[in-house]
Amino acid sequence: MLMLVSYDVATSDEGGPRRLRKVAKLCGDYGQRVQYSVFECDVDPAQWATLRASLLDVINPEKDSLRFYNLGREWKRRVEHVGVREPPQLDEPLIV
Amino acid sequence: MRKLLNTLYVTRQDSYLAKDGEALCVRAEKKTLLRLPLIGLQGVVCFGVVNASPALLHACAESDITVSFLTENGRYLASVRGPTSGNVLLRREQFRRADNPEARTSLARFFVHGKLVNTRTVLRRALRDHEHELDTEALNGAILGINSALDHADAAMDDDTLRGVEGDAARVYFGVFDQLILRRNEFPFTGRNRRPPRDAVNCLLSFLYTLLLHDVRSALETVGLDPQVGYLHRDRPGRPSLALDMMEELRPWLADRMALSIINRRSVKPSDFKADGAGGVTLADDARKEVLTAWQKRKQEELLHPFLEERIPIGLIPYAQAMLLARHLRGELDGYPPFIWR
Repeated sequence: MLMLVSYDVATSDEGGPRRLRKVAKLCGDYGQRVQYSVFECDVDPAQWATLRASLLDVINPEKDSLRFYNLGREWKRRVEHVGVREPPQLDEPLIV
Repeated sequence: MRKLLNTLYVTRQDSYLAKDGEALCVRAEKKTLLRLPLIGLQGVVCFGVVNASPALLHACAESDITVSFLTENGRYLASVRGPTSGNVLLRREQFRRADNPEARTSLARFFVHGKLVNTRTVLRRALRDHEHELDTEALNGAILGINSALDHADAAMDDDTLRGVEGDAARVYFGVFDQLILRRNEFPFTGRNRRPPRDAVNCLLSFLYTLLLHDVRSALETVGLDPQVGYLHRDRPGRPSLALDMMEELRPWLADRMALSIINRRSVKPSDFKADGAGGVTLADDARKEVLTAWQKRKQEELLHPFLEERIPIGLIPYAQAMLLARHLRGELDGYPPFIWR
Protein backbone atom coordinates (compact mmCIF):
# COMPACT_ATOMS: atom_id res chain seq x y z
CA MET A 1 0.00 0.00 0.00
CA LEU A 2 1.14 3.55 -0.58
CA MET A 3 1.23 5.85 2.44
CA LEU A 4 1.66 9.55 1.96
CA VAL A 5 3.41 11.17 4.91
CA SER A 6 3.59 14.92 5.31
CA TYR A 7 4.92 16.78 8.31
CA ASP A 8 5.34 20.14 9.97
CA VAL A 9 8.15 20.35 12.45
CA ALA A 10 8.68 23.53 14.48
CA THR A 11 12.28 24.29 13.52
CA SER A 12 12.41 27.49 15.57
CA ASP A 13 11.96 25.35 18.64
CA GLU A 14 15.00 24.06 20.52
CA GLY A 15 15.67 20.56 19.19
CA GLY A 16 13.40 21.29 16.22
CA PRO A 17 16.01 20.98 13.46
CA ARG A 18 17.13 17.71 15.02
CA ARG A 19 13.56 16.35 15.03
CA LEU A 20 13.10 17.51 11.43
CA ARG A 21 16.22 15.67 10.29
CA LYS A 22 15.15 12.52 12.12
CA VAL A 23 11.67 12.57 10.61
CA ALA A 24 13.04 13.07 7.09
CA LYS A 25 15.60 10.30 7.55
CA LEU A 26 13.00 7.83 8.82
CA CYS A 27 10.68 8.58 5.91
CA GLY A 28 13.61 8.20 3.52
CA ASP A 29 14.33 4.73 4.90
CA TYR A 30 10.88 3.60 3.82
CA GLY A 31 9.97 5.78 0.89
CA GLN A 32 10.73 8.44 -1.62
CA ARG A 33 10.79 12.18 -1.00
CA VAL A 34 8.32 13.74 -3.42
CA GLN A 35 8.29 17.32 -2.09
CA TYR A 36 10.15 19.07 0.71
CA SER A 37 8.02 17.75 3.58
CA VAL A 38 6.16 15.02 1.73
CA PHE A 39 7.15 11.37 1.34
CA GLU A 40 5.51 8.50 -0.48
CA CYS A 41 6.14 5.16 1.21
CA ASP A 42 5.18 1.94 -0.58
CA VAL A 43 5.09 -0.36 2.46
CA ASP A 44 3.31 -3.42 3.74
CA PRO A 45 1.18 -3.11 6.89
CA ALA A 46 3.95 -4.37 9.18
CA GLN A 47 6.49 -1.94 7.77
CA TRP A 48 3.95 0.82 8.09
CA ALA A 49 3.32 0.04 11.76
CA THR A 50 7.07 0.26 12.39
CA LEU A 51 7.48 3.50 10.52
CA ARG A 52 4.46 5.08 12.15
CA ALA A 53 5.59 4.16 15.65
CA SER A 54 9.08 5.51 15.00
CA LEU A 55 7.70 8.79 13.67
CA LEU A 56 5.44 9.25 16.69
CA ASP A 57 8.49 8.64 18.89
CA VAL A 58 10.45 11.42 17.26
CA ILE A 59 8.03 14.32 17.04
CA ASN A 60 6.90 16.64 19.76
CA PRO A 61 3.08 16.47 19.58
CA GLU A 62 2.82 19.88 21.31
CA LYS A 63 4.64 21.63 18.49
CA ASP A 64 4.83 19.40 15.40
CA SER A 65 2.24 17.65 13.28
CA LEU A 66 2.12 14.64 10.98
CA ARG A 67 -0.49 13.72 8.42
CA PHE A 68 -0.83 10.24 6.94
CA TYR A 69 -2.88 9.52 3.82
CA ASN A 70 -3.52 5.93 2.91
CA LEU A 71 -3.66 5.73 -0.88
CA GLY A 72 -4.00 1.94 -0.87
CA ARG A 73 -2.74 -0.42 -3.50
CA GLU A 74 -4.44 1.24 -6.45
CA TRP A 75 -2.64 4.50 -5.80
CA LYS A 76 -1.45 5.03 -9.36
CA ARG A 77 -4.72 6.44 -10.63
CA ARG A 78 -5.02 8.64 -7.54
CA VAL A 79 -1.73 10.45 -8.01
CA GLU A 80 -0.83 12.95 -10.68
CA HIS A 81 2.40 14.88 -10.85
CA VAL A 82 2.69 18.21 -12.61
CA GLY A 83 5.80 20.30 -12.91
CA VAL A 84 9.44 19.85 -12.04
CA ARG A 85 11.29 17.13 -10.18
CA GLU A 86 9.12 14.11 -10.79
CA PRO A 87 10.47 11.53 -8.34
CA PRO A 88 11.58 8.12 -9.68
CA GLN A 89 8.81 5.52 -9.78
CA LEU A 90 9.98 2.68 -7.61
CA ASP A 91 7.98 0.00 -9.39
CA GLU A 92 9.26 0.79 -12.86
CA PRO A 93 12.63 -0.29 -14.29
CA LEU A 94 15.38 1.42 -12.30
CA ILE A 95 18.40 2.26 -14.42
CA VAL A 96 21.11 4.77 -13.66
CA MET B 1 0.05 -11.15 -1.38
CA ARG B 2 3.42 -11.37 -2.94
CA LYS B 3 5.02 -8.16 -4.01
CA LEU B 4 7.34 -8.12 -6.98
CA LEU B 5 10.37 -6.17 -5.86
CA ASN B 6 12.47 -4.12 -8.18
CA THR B 7 16.01 -4.46 -9.51
CA LEU B 8 18.32 -1.51 -9.85
CA TYR B 9 20.65 -1.46 -12.86
CA VAL B 10 23.67 0.79 -12.55
CA THR B 11 25.28 1.41 -15.91
CA ARG B 12 26.86 4.75 -15.16
CA GLN B 13 30.62 4.39 -14.98
CA ASP B 14 32.48 5.50 -11.85
CA SER B 15 29.32 5.68 -9.81
CA TYR B 16 29.43 4.82 -6.13
CA LEU B 17 26.80 2.90 -4.21
CA ALA B 18 26.57 3.81 -0.55
CA LYS B 19 24.30 3.10 2.36
CA ASP B 20 22.48 6.05 3.84
CA GLY B 21 20.21 5.06 6.70
CA GLU B 22 18.20 2.12 5.39
CA ALA B 23 18.44 3.34 1.84
CA LEU B 24 20.81 2.88 -1.08
CA CYS B 25 22.34 5.97 -2.65
CA VAL B 26 23.81 6.11 -6.13
CA ARG B 27 26.41 8.84 -6.27
CA ALA B 28 28.51 10.14 -9.14
CA GLU B 29 30.62 13.26 -9.43
CA LYS B 30 29.79 14.21 -5.84
CA LYS B 31 26.08 14.26 -6.55
CA THR B 32 23.40 11.86 -5.34
CA LEU B 33 21.58 10.56 -8.39
CA LEU B 34 19.10 8.31 -6.67
CA ARG B 35 18.13 7.32 -3.15
CA LEU B 36 16.12 4.12 -2.80
CA PRO B 37 14.86 2.44 0.36
CA LEU B 38 16.29 -1.07 0.61
CA ILE B 39 12.84 -2.49 1.40
CA GLY B 40 11.73 -2.01 -2.22
CA LEU B 41 14.70 -3.79 -3.80
CA GLN B 42 15.37 -7.35 -4.79
CA GLY B 43 18.64 -6.95 -6.62
CA VAL B 44 21.29 -4.58 -7.85
CA VAL B 45 23.17 -5.18 -11.10
CA CYS B 46 26.32 -3.16 -11.69
CA PHE B 47 27.90 -2.83 -15.14
CA GLY B 48 31.57 -1.94 -15.42
CA VAL B 49 33.28 0.37 -12.96
CA VAL B 50 30.76 0.73 -10.15
CA ASN B 51 31.96 0.89 -6.57
CA ALA B 52 29.96 -0.22 -3.58
CA SER B 53 30.66 0.44 0.07
CA PRO B 54 31.13 -2.52 2.43
CA ALA B 55 28.34 -1.15 4.63
CA LEU B 56 25.96 -1.31 1.69
CA LEU B 57 27.03 -4.84 0.75
CA HIS B 58 26.49 -5.95 4.38
CA ALA B 59 23.03 -4.40 4.43
CA CYS B 60 22.15 -6.00 1.09
CA ALA B 61 23.31 -9.41 2.27
CA GLU B 62 21.16 -9.02 5.39
CA SER B 63 18.08 -7.91 3.47
CA ASP B 64 18.44 -10.66 0.87
CA ILE B 65 19.32 -8.32 -1.99
CA THR B 66 21.74 -9.81 -4.52
CA VAL B 67 24.37 -7.44 -5.87
CA SER B 68 25.92 -8.62 -9.15
CA PHE B 69 28.93 -7.22 -10.92
CA LEU B 70 29.25 -7.52 -14.69
CA THR B 71 31.79 -6.07 -17.09
CA GLU B 72 30.72 -3.05 -19.08
CA ASN B 73 29.93 -5.40 -21.96
CA GLY B 74 27.78 -7.50 -19.68
CA ARG B 75 29.99 -10.50 -18.94
CA TYR B 76 29.18 -11.94 -15.54
CA LEU B 77 31.95 -11.51 -12.95
CA ALA B 78 30.68 -12.01 -9.42
CA SER B 79 27.83 -11.47 -7.06
CA VAL B 80 27.36 -10.86 -3.39
CA ARG B 81 24.36 -12.60 -1.94
CA GLY B 82 23.10 -13.35 1.52
CA PRO B 83 22.70 -16.75 3.14
CA THR B 84 18.98 -17.16 2.56
CA SER B 85 18.39 -16.66 -1.15
CA GLY B 86 15.57 -18.58 -2.79
CA ASN B 87 17.91 -19.80 -5.47
CA VAL B 88 18.36 -23.33 -4.26
CA LEU B 89 14.66 -24.07 -4.71
CA LEU B 90 14.66 -22.42 -8.11
CA ARG B 91 17.68 -24.42 -9.25
CA ARG B 92 16.24 -27.68 -7.97
CA GLU B 93 13.12 -27.00 -9.99
CA GLN B 94 15.27 -26.16 -13.01
CA PHE B 95 17.14 -29.48 -12.67
CA ARG B 96 13.99 -31.47 -11.95
CA ARG B 97 12.43 -30.27 -15.19
CA ALA B 98 15.62 -31.00 -17.11
CA ASP B 99 15.47 -34.61 -15.85
CA ASN B 100 11.82 -35.07 -16.73
CA PRO B 101 11.49 -35.78 -20.49
CA GLU B 102 8.01 -34.29 -20.76
CA ALA B 103 8.82 -31.09 -18.88
CA ARG B 104 12.09 -30.79 -20.81
CA THR B 105 10.36 -31.03 -24.17
CA SER B 106 7.68 -28.58 -23.20
CA LEU B 107 10.27 -25.98 -22.20
CA ALA B 108 12.40 -26.66 -25.28
CA ARG B 109 9.28 -26.11 -27.40
CA PHE B 110 8.91 -22.55 -26.08
CA PHE B 111 12.48 -21.71 -27.13
CA VAL B 112 12.14 -23.27 -30.59
CA HIS B 113 8.78 -21.59 -31.12
CA GLY B 114 10.27 -18.20 -30.28
CA LYS B 115 13.21 -18.78 -32.58
CA LEU B 116 11.14 -19.88 -35.56
CA VAL B 117 8.66 -17.02 -35.29
CA ASN B 118 11.51 -14.51 -35.03
CA THR B 119 13.45 -15.93 -38.00
CA ARG B 120 10.26 -15.79 -40.05
CA THR B 121 9.76 -12.15 -39.08
CA VAL B 122 13.34 -11.33 -40.17
CA LEU B 123 12.62 -12.80 -43.61
CA ARG B 124 9.23 -11.08 -43.89
CA ARG B 125 10.71 -7.75 -42.88
CA ALA B 126 13.42 -8.10 -45.55
CA LEU B 127 10.76 -8.87 -48.17
CA ARG B 128 8.80 -5.83 -47.16
CA ASP B 129 11.77 -3.43 -47.11
CA HIS B 130 13.76 -4.59 -50.14
CA GLU B 131 11.28 -6.43 -52.31
CA HIS B 132 12.87 -5.50 -55.63
CA GLU B 133 16.43 -6.47 -54.76
CA LEU B 134 15.60 -9.95 -53.53
CA ASP B 135 14.74 -13.34 -54.91
CA THR B 136 11.16 -13.16 -53.60
CA GLU B 137 10.38 -16.68 -54.71
CA ALA B 138 13.19 -18.18 -52.65
CA LEU B 139 12.29 -16.07 -49.60
CA ASN B 140 8.60 -16.93 -49.79
CA GLY B 141 9.56 -20.58 -50.09
CA ALA B 142 11.71 -20.30 -46.99
CA ILE B 143 8.88 -18.62 -45.09
CA LEU B 144 6.57 -21.48 -46.01
CA GLY B 145 9.25 -23.93 -44.86
CA ILE B 146 9.50 -22.17 -41.52
CA ASN B 147 5.72 -22.16 -41.19
CA SER B 148 5.57 -25.91 -41.52
CA ALA B 149 8.56 -26.29 -39.16
CA LEU B 150 6.58 -24.22 -36.66
CA ASP B 151 3.66 -26.66 -36.89
CA HIS B 152 6.01 -29.62 -36.43
CA ALA B 153 7.76 -27.96 -33.49
CA ASP B 154 4.51 -27.15 -31.71
CA ALA B 155 3.42 -30.77 -32.13
CA ALA B 156 6.79 -32.36 -31.27
CA MET B 157 6.51 -34.87 -28.45
CA ASP B 158 10.20 -35.38 -27.67
CA ASP B 159 13.29 -33.23 -27.69
CA ASP B 160 15.11 -35.14 -30.44
CA THR B 161 12.29 -34.35 -32.87
CA LEU B 162 12.45 -30.73 -31.77
CA ARG B 163 16.19 -30.54 -32.38
CA GLY B 164 15.66 -32.01 -35.82
CA VAL B 165 12.95 -29.50 -36.68
CA GLU B 166 15.06 -26.67 -35.36
CA GLY B 167 18.09 -27.78 -37.38
CA ASP B 168 16.09 -28.12 -40.60
CA ALA B 169 14.53 -24.68 -40.15
CA ALA B 170 17.98 -23.18 -39.53
CA ARG B 171 19.23 -24.68 -42.80
CA VAL B 172 16.23 -23.24 -44.66
CA TYR B 173 16.82 -19.84 -43.06
CA PHE B 174 20.56 -19.70 -43.72
CA GLY B 175 19.90 -21.06 -47.22
CA VAL B 176 18.29 -17.74 -48.15
CA PHE B 177 20.24 -15.55 -45.74
CA ASP B 178 22.54 -14.30 -48.54
CA GLN B 179 19.46 -12.68 -50.08
CA LEU B 180 19.30 -10.33 -47.09
CA ILE B 181 22.86 -9.11 -47.73
CA LEU B 182 22.53 -6.22 -50.14
CA ARG B 183 26.28 -6.25 -50.91
CA ARG B 184 26.35 -9.89 -51.92
CA ASN B 185 29.26 -9.53 -54.35
CA GLU B 186 31.51 -8.03 -51.65
CA PHE B 187 30.26 -10.27 -48.84
CA PRO B 188 29.51 -13.71 -50.27
CA PHE B 189 27.67 -16.10 -47.98
CA THR B 190 27.03 -19.72 -48.80
CA GLY B 191 25.78 -21.07 -45.51
CA ARG B 192 26.50 -21.02 -41.83
CA ASN B 193 29.87 -22.32 -40.67
CA ARG B 194 31.84 -21.83 -37.48
CA ARG B 195 34.85 -22.86 -35.45
CA PRO B 196 36.38 -21.22 -37.31
CA PRO B 197 34.00 -19.07 -39.37
CA ARG B 198 35.26 -19.27 -42.96
CA ASP B 199 33.99 -15.99 -44.39
CA ALA B 200 33.30 -12.43 -43.25
CA VAL B 201 29.57 -12.86 -42.71
CA ASN B 202 30.04 -15.97 -40.60
CA CYS B 203 32.79 -14.22 -38.67
CA LEU B 204 30.47 -11.32 -37.87
CA LEU B 205 27.62 -13.64 -36.88
CA SER B 206 29.87 -15.65 -34.58
CA PHE B 207 31.20 -12.53 -32.91
CA LEU B 208 27.70 -11.16 -32.28
CA TYR B 209 26.50 -14.51 -30.95
CA THR B 210 29.36 -14.44 -28.44
CA LEU B 211 28.30 -11.01 -27.23
CA LEU B 212 24.70 -12.16 -26.94
CA LEU B 213 25.72 -15.35 -25.15
CA HIS B 214 27.53 -13.33 -22.51
CA ASP B 215 24.47 -11.21 -21.93
CA VAL B 216 22.10 -14.13 -21.67
CA ARG B 217 24.44 -16.06 -19.43
CA SER B 218 24.84 -13.13 -17.06
CA ALA B 219 21.12 -12.58 -17.01
CA LEU B 220 20.51 -16.20 -16.02
CA GLU B 221 23.17 -16.07 -13.29
CA THR B 222 21.66 -12.85 -12.06
CA VAL B 223 18.19 -14.29 -11.51
CA GLY B 224 19.70 -17.38 -9.86
CA LEU B 225 19.41 -19.96 -12.65
CA ASP B 226 22.22 -22.32 -13.63
CA PRO B 227 23.29 -21.42 -17.18
CA GLN B 228 24.70 -24.92 -17.75
CA VAL B 229 21.53 -26.98 -17.31
CA GLY B 230 19.38 -26.55 -20.37
CA TYR B 231 16.40 -28.12 -22.07
CA LEU B 232 16.91 -27.94 -25.83
CA HIS B 233 20.70 -28.22 -25.67
CA ARG B 234 22.10 -31.35 -24.10
CA ASP B 235 24.39 -31.22 -21.08
CA ARG B 236 28.05 -31.11 -21.98
CA PRO B 237 30.87 -30.11 -19.64
CA GLY B 238 31.49 -26.39 -19.89
CA ARG B 239 28.61 -25.76 -22.26
CA PRO B 240 26.17 -23.07 -21.11
CA SER B 241 23.16 -25.03 -22.37
CA LEU B 242 20.41 -22.93 -20.80
CA ALA B 243 22.05 -19.76 -22.08
CA LEU B 244 22.18 -21.31 -25.56
CA ASP B 245 18.50 -22.26 -25.24
CA MET B 246 17.43 -18.77 -24.35
CA MET B 247 19.67 -17.31 -27.05
CA GLU B 248 17.74 -19.10 -29.78
CA GLU B 249 14.78 -16.76 -29.61
CA LEU B 250 16.98 -13.64 -29.40
CA ARG B 251 19.49 -14.49 -32.14
CA PRO B 252 17.50 -13.64 -35.27
CA TRP B 253 16.25 -10.21 -34.41
CA LEU B 254 19.17 -9.08 -32.23
CA ALA B 255 22.31 -10.60 -33.70
CA ASP B 256 21.39 -11.55 -37.28
CA ARG B 257 19.73 -8.24 -38.06
CA MET B 258 22.60 -6.37 -36.48
CA ALA B 259 25.10 -8.26 -38.68
CA LEU B 260 23.01 -7.39 -41.72
CA SER B 261 22.71 -3.74 -40.88
CA ILE B 262 26.44 -3.44 -40.15
CA ILE B 263 27.17 -4.84 -43.61
CA ASN B 264 24.35 -3.14 -45.50
CA ARG B 265 25.09 0.27 -44.00
CA ARG B 266 28.75 -0.07 -44.93
CA SER B 267 30.04 0.18 -41.37
CA VAL B 268 32.56 -2.50 -42.32
CA LYS B 269 34.40 -3.26 -45.52
CA PRO B 270 35.67 -6.59 -46.84
CA SER B 271 39.27 -5.65 -45.93
CA ASP B 272 38.26 -5.45 -42.24
CA PHE B 273 38.23 -9.24 -42.25
CA LYS B 274 41.53 -11.11 -42.24
CA ALA B 275 42.24 -14.71 -43.03
CA ASP B 276 43.99 -16.27 -40.02
CA GLY B 277 45.94 -18.84 -42.02
CA ALA B 278 44.05 -21.80 -40.57
CA GLY B 279 41.06 -21.41 -42.89
CA GLY B 280 39.28 -19.06 -40.53
CA VAL B 281 38.46 -15.37 -40.78
CA THR B 282 38.86 -12.83 -37.98
CA LEU B 283 37.88 -9.22 -37.43
CA ALA B 284 40.47 -6.46 -37.53
CA ASP B 285 40.81 -4.38 -34.35
CA ASP B 286 39.16 -1.23 -35.68
CA ALA B 287 36.23 -3.14 -37.11
CA ARG B 288 35.79 -5.00 -33.82
CA LYS B 289 35.46 -1.67 -32.04
CA GLU B 290 32.95 -0.61 -34.68
CA VAL B 291 30.85 -3.71 -34.02
CA LEU B 292 31.07 -3.36 -30.23
CA THR B 293 29.96 0.26 -30.41
CA ALA B 294 27.04 -0.65 -32.64
CA TRP B 295 26.10 -3.41 -30.20
CA GLN B 296 26.26 -1.18 -27.13
CA LYS B 297 24.24 1.53 -28.87
CA ARG B 298 21.64 -0.96 -29.93
CA LYS B 299 21.33 -2.18 -26.34
CA GLN B 300 20.50 1.33 -25.19
CA GLU B 301 17.59 1.68 -27.60
CA GLU B 302 14.24 1.19 -25.97
CA LEU B 303 11.50 -1.13 -27.05
CA LEU B 304 8.11 -2.18 -25.76
CA HIS B 305 8.42 -5.64 -24.26
CA PRO B 306 5.55 -7.63 -25.79
CA PHE B 307 4.78 -9.60 -22.62
CA LEU B 308 5.64 -7.17 -19.83
CA GLU B 309 4.15 -4.28 -21.81
CA GLU B 310 6.83 -1.97 -20.50
CA ARG B 311 9.37 0.08 -22.37
CA ILE B 312 12.80 -1.30 -21.55
CA PRO B 313 16.25 -0.90 -23.11
CA ILE B 314 17.05 -3.72 -25.52
CA GLY B 315 20.05 -4.60 -23.36
CA LEU B 316 17.73 -5.63 -20.55
CA ILE B 317 15.67 -8.02 -22.63
CA PRO B 318 17.82 -11.02 -21.64
CA TYR B 319 17.19 -10.07 -17.99
CA ALA B 320 13.47 -9.74 -18.58
CA GLN B 321 13.43 -13.16 -20.26
CA ALA B 322 15.51 -14.77 -17.50
CA MET B 323 13.15 -13.32 -14.91
CA LEU B 324 10.14 -14.65 -16.82
CA LEU B 325 11.74 -18.10 -17.03
CA ALA B 326 12.41 -18.04 -13.28
CA ARG B 327 8.82 -17.03 -12.64
CA HIS B 328 7.60 -19.88 -14.81
CA LEU B 329 9.82 -22.37 -12.96
CA ARG B 330 8.55 -21.05 -9.63
CA GLY B 331 5.01 -21.70 -10.82
CA GLU B 332 3.97 -18.06 -11.02
CA LEU B 333 3.46 -18.23 -14.80
CA ASP B 334 1.83 -21.13 -16.62
CA GLY B 335 4.25 -20.99 -19.52
CA TYR B 336 7.49 -19.31 -20.45
CA PRO B 337 6.70 -16.48 -22.88
CA PRO B 338 9.57 -16.37 -25.41
CA PHE B 339 10.51 -12.96 -26.72
CA ILE B 340 8.61 -12.51 -29.97
CA TRP B 341 9.52 -9.57 -32.15
CA ARG B 342 6.76 -8.02 -34.23
